[in-house]
Amino acid sequence: MSNILEVKNLNVSYGGIKAVKDISFVVPKGEVVTLIGANGAGKSSTLRSIVGLVKPESGNIQFKEGELAGLPTDQIVSRGITLVPEGRRVFPDMTVLENLKIGAYMRKDDLEEDLKWVHDLFPRLKERSWQLAGTLSGGEQQMLAIGRALMSKPELIMMDEPSLGLAPIIVQGVFDIIREINKQGVTILLVEQNANMALKAANLGYVMETGRITMTGTGMELLENEEVKAAYLGKAKEK
Amino acid sequence: MSTKTKAAWNVGLIAALLGLLFILEQVMPSGSMLFTVLKKGAIYALVAVSMNLLNGFTGLFSLGQAGFMLLGAYTYAILTIPTESRASVYQYFDGGIVQFALPVPVALIAGGIVAAIFAYLIGLPVLRLKSDYLAIATLGFAEIIRAVFQWDKLGPITNGSNLLRNFPSFKSVLYPFIVSGICIALIVMLINSTYGRAFKAIRDDEIAAEAMGINLAHHKRLAFVISSFFAGVSGGLLAMYQTTIQASMFKSAMTYEILLIVVIGGIGSVTGSCISSFLFIACSEWWLRFLDNENLYIGGFHVPFLRPGFRKVVFAVVIMAMVLFYRQGIMGTKEFSIEAFSGFFKKKFGKKKVEEGGGSHE
Repeated sequence: MSNILEVKNLNVSYGGIKAVKDISFVVPKGEVVTLIGANGAGKSSTLRSIVGLVKPESGNIQFKEGELAGLPTDQIVSRGITLVPEGRRVFPDMTVLENLKIGAYMRKDDLEEDLKWVHDLFPRLKERSWQLAGTLSGGEQQMLAIGRALMSKPELIMMDEPSLGLAPIIVQGVFDIIREINKQGVTILLVEQNANMALKAANLGYVMETGRITMTGTGMELLENEEVKAAYLGKAKEK
Repeated sequence: MSTKTKAAWNVGLIAALLGLLFILEQVMPSGSMLFTVLKKGAIYALVAVSMNLLNGFTGLFSLGQAGFMLLGAYTYAILTIPTESRASVYQYFDGGIVQFALPVPVALIAGGIVAAIFAYLIGLPVLRLKSDYLAIATLGFAEIIRAVFQWDKLGPITNGSNLLRNFPSFKSVLYPFIVSGICIALIVMLINSTYGRAFKAIRDDEIAAEAMGINLAHHKRLAFVISSFFAGVSGGLLAMYQTTIQASMFKSAMTYEILLIVVIGGIGSVTGSCISSFLFIACSEWWLRFLDNENLYIGGFHVPFLRPGFRKVVFAVVIMAMVLFYRQGIMGTKEFSIEAFSGFFKKKFGKKKVEEGGGSHE
């Protein structure tokens, strides 16, 4: 299996503070990969630098044979990566339909088919096409944020904390959707604090701590790992 | 309602409006205040909509409108003063250095283009700023432009601080209506295009918009340049309406008037800006004029406080009341449409019927 994304020796700083320290990881094509870790571990910074919202200090980001480091966001998005930003960030004063269309902003071809695809995945969004996005519930906004990202027809979709601030039952729904999207051939890079759910959904997991990747393994391996259990799953180490 | 009948309705309405204006002009005396209001209102409607494109749809709070209008007005005037009257207009500067005159439409567009070029250059540094800082920077630009145009050294082009006059103006009220109408239609088409959607996305959430692949700097500059272009055109129209111009006319107070129109109409509503523009001009030029009359008596009672300039106090109170109690303005972010209009009346009418029915029941 080939890797769709390869990150090598990535460093990201904000005004002298190093958020990401020399990390390397790969995302194999067609899989769900998760990056877990506590607040401030550098997970979001990693995603933001991959999509070009933050310029990496050094390092390589290879996406399908092409180098992304240093490119502006619009060019990165048009190559087939989208970020579902943390905290959903839908456009509150625009309708649901307009939000979806903005997702396809970089594309010039016909949208009908993809609009239908997204509406099939999220029937709610079709019902609410003319409603302002700001009036949706938290769960619906998360659906919209994911649907909006899908409208750019990405090969790799990166999600930053999709379960943030949602009720457990809604979180379950979000992860069902993530699996469904993955089944349809989209590679997923998931950043989560909800380690339990994320590792269950993932083929491959990385654990980040204070800017470094400290552990790697399949989702199941990490779920069983004693240190991960102690640090992220809230289960005490067995003596 | 299908798009076709909607378009037919709109075309019909516009034709009816122009027809009505034409008839009014034939029937009413040409000195009537009504025409002043209509002419100036149409011009202010255009500049208000152009400001709304920036403030309401792109979320860039800019206060440079008067500066761009000045650029448009001066460009128009300088390019259209007939060569034979240049000597008398530029009497202190040996007839000036521009010795040709362009046709009116070309000069109007040139006014827009000059404003747009300045907007592009100023936008390069200024659009990095956000909210209040952007407002202050653009306001400063407008003041600088005004001062520069009054500078004696530029006299051979701008006539220094002296009046520019003798350029062609319009007689018919239809002229500003048609020009503003075309420009506003262009702005509305822009707002409804994918570019317009990107502008709104930037207004709603810059970070998310950037993550969707929208190039922030490019789109902000585009909105700024286009808005300034139309402000320039409206400046040209204002010059035509006033028949004489002078840089000192384009004070920041002018920008505030336009801002007031945009806020009263509803930030983010094109039709709101148009409606409130006519309302504002009608009030300030006509309906509230009596407030400036120091010797106003109502049945022997001398109304106190009234003196020249008092109506401006009333405006200040109105804007405070608006901001406190009616922040949405007349239209909010909604647009006036025939559908909504007929729906409104259907609702009222339907309600009445129900009430009548209820009454007969008893």
